[in-house]
Amino acid sequence: MAAIRIEQISKTYDQGKVQALKELSLTVQSGELFGLIGPDGAGKTSLLRILATLLLPDSGRASIGNWDVVKDYPLIRRNIGYMPGRFSLYQDLSVRENLEFFATVFQTTIKENYELIRDIFVQLEPFQDRRAGALSGGMKQKLALSCALIHRPKVLLLDEPTTGVDAVSRREFWDMLRQIRAQGITVLVSTPYMNEADLCDRVALMQDGTLMSVDTPSGIVGRFQQPLWSITGGKLYPLLLALRDHPRVDTVHPFGESLHLTMHPGAGDISPLLADMAAAGFEQVQAKRIAPEIEDCFMALMSGSGHAMQLD
Amino acid sequence: MSAIDKVIEVRGLTKTFGSFTAVNSISFDVRQGEIFGFLGANGAGKTTAMRMLCGLLSPSGGQATVAGFDVYRQPEDIKRNIGYMSQRFSLYEDLTPLENIYFYGGIYGLSRAQVRLKAEELMIKLGLQAEAHTQVRSLPLGWRQKLSFSVSLLHEPAIVFLDEPTGGVDPITRRQFWEMIYETAEKGTTVFVTTHYMDEAEYCERLTIMVDGEIRALGTPAEIKAETGQDSIDGVFQVLARGTSTR
Repeated sequence: MAAIRIEQISKTYDQGKVQALKELSLTVQSGELFGLIGPDGAGKTSLLRILATLLLPDSGRASIGNWDVVKDYPLIRRNIGYMPGRFSLYQDLSVRENLEFFATVFQTTIKENYELIRDIFVQLEPFQDRRAGALSGGMKQKLALSCALIHRPKVLLLDEPTTGVDAVSRREFWDMLRQIRAQGITVLVSTPYMNEADLCDRVALMQDGTLMSVDTPSGIVGRFQQPLWSITGGKLYPLLLALRDHPRVDTVHPFGESLHLTMHPGAGDISPLLADMAAAGFEQVQAKRIAPEIEDCFMALMSGSGHAMQLD
Repeated sequence: MSAIDKVIEVRGLTKTFGSFTAVNSISFDVRQGEIFGFLGANGAGKTTAMRMLCGLLSPSGGQATVAGFDVYRQPEDIKRNIGYMSQRFSLYEDLTPLENIYFYGGIYGLSRAQVRLKAEELMIKLGLQAEAHTQVRSLPLGWRQKLSFSVSLLHEPAIVFLDEPTGGVDPITRRQFWEMIYETAEKGTTVFVTTHYMDEAEYCERLTIMVDGEIRALGTPAEIKAETGQDSIDGVFQVLARGTSTR
């Protein structure tokens, strides 16, 4: 069953000069943890705001359950949780007061749905009387998530909850999202961090208002069609420049402590390339075949090199 | 490292706010032309430490010099001799790229002729000629960030501080940005950079990881990984930064 259905949605700003969403269609199944993966400016926030009934699309339709985002907005608002990208709780209310406020607005009590937020809120309990504005980044985020969940929504929309958050807190946050999914709540979450795609059931890779690919993380990675090599050895920046100029090399990108490289289709074996690098003074260069990551796929799709990725 | 090579020297630097110690006696050196990564969990004290090194906040204890200037006595000299760029504040969005360059050039005391020369150079280098008169707010984020980085280097500072410069930037532009960092360092400018992307931590020549106001790891990525028995900086970070109480 579809929890979220988006059909041919378009949205422009600035009298049509900026096209944020271009006839975008997507279906999220009930109970899925679905990731919208893309950089700033891809259109993630516009799409989430349309689903949250905070923004009208120029054209197209979208629904949550059987409710239309334009016609049935009061029903949708009662049944979704929405966590905007910017911290939007009351900074001068305490942790407890914020949670009570949201529970009351949604005509429920903390007690009634405490079970749902217990694992998250338990970490906040020592700071219950602290003003929300005085919490650390990670704690603010946990409070915002608790407030978005306190009325037990059917669908949870999260706009970049992990942006600017350190790598440890990010991982903890994703653990929480998996627990929420386990409670039967559909979760649609956006993120600019490509490696978070692996934590979703399915993802859409988003760029310039369109979806480049929609699939499970392993499905997306499986579409990467060229052999991918991890290159290590010596100083990576000069090696990167040398490899980029080599006629057999199609793409080469820095990836942490190694370079990820593809050769032109039909360029043959990698060993002559390594020999050329050795001759150019890069002596300890090694190549290893590796499985691609989501970020490899994203870059291949972005640069539109048709041979690199099998399209939808 | 000889004294002459050190552009940042920090010894026992401390900052307390009331009873809370945000930065607890940290010590490290950064040499000229180095790409130095400054990592830590949210709330670990990174921002406080950076603000002290940029001459924006007076320390509670310890010593530090930046570009040869003392953080207590010469904060104004520090500000004139460093570049600074952050994701949150970088350029004036309702000015064009050219206007931003002229504005910052003026602030940093460059002559009209110098600024004109720099502006021409930059527009070509960044491929922004066609956008020279477009408001910055209409430019894609990646271009804004590249322009912002270039503007922070207008006055040819000894050091540039980059505070999460690539947050939210697409993966291709993020890598192009790092190539600009490498180029800058090769020309001798020290790059002091914070990031939440753990792959970017691997691009640094040396890095520190701050936890609860203290430096828990300092060295090349390879050294730090070897010391902690992890095979990636992400792994190191997960081990060292986990379990802090105020996150």
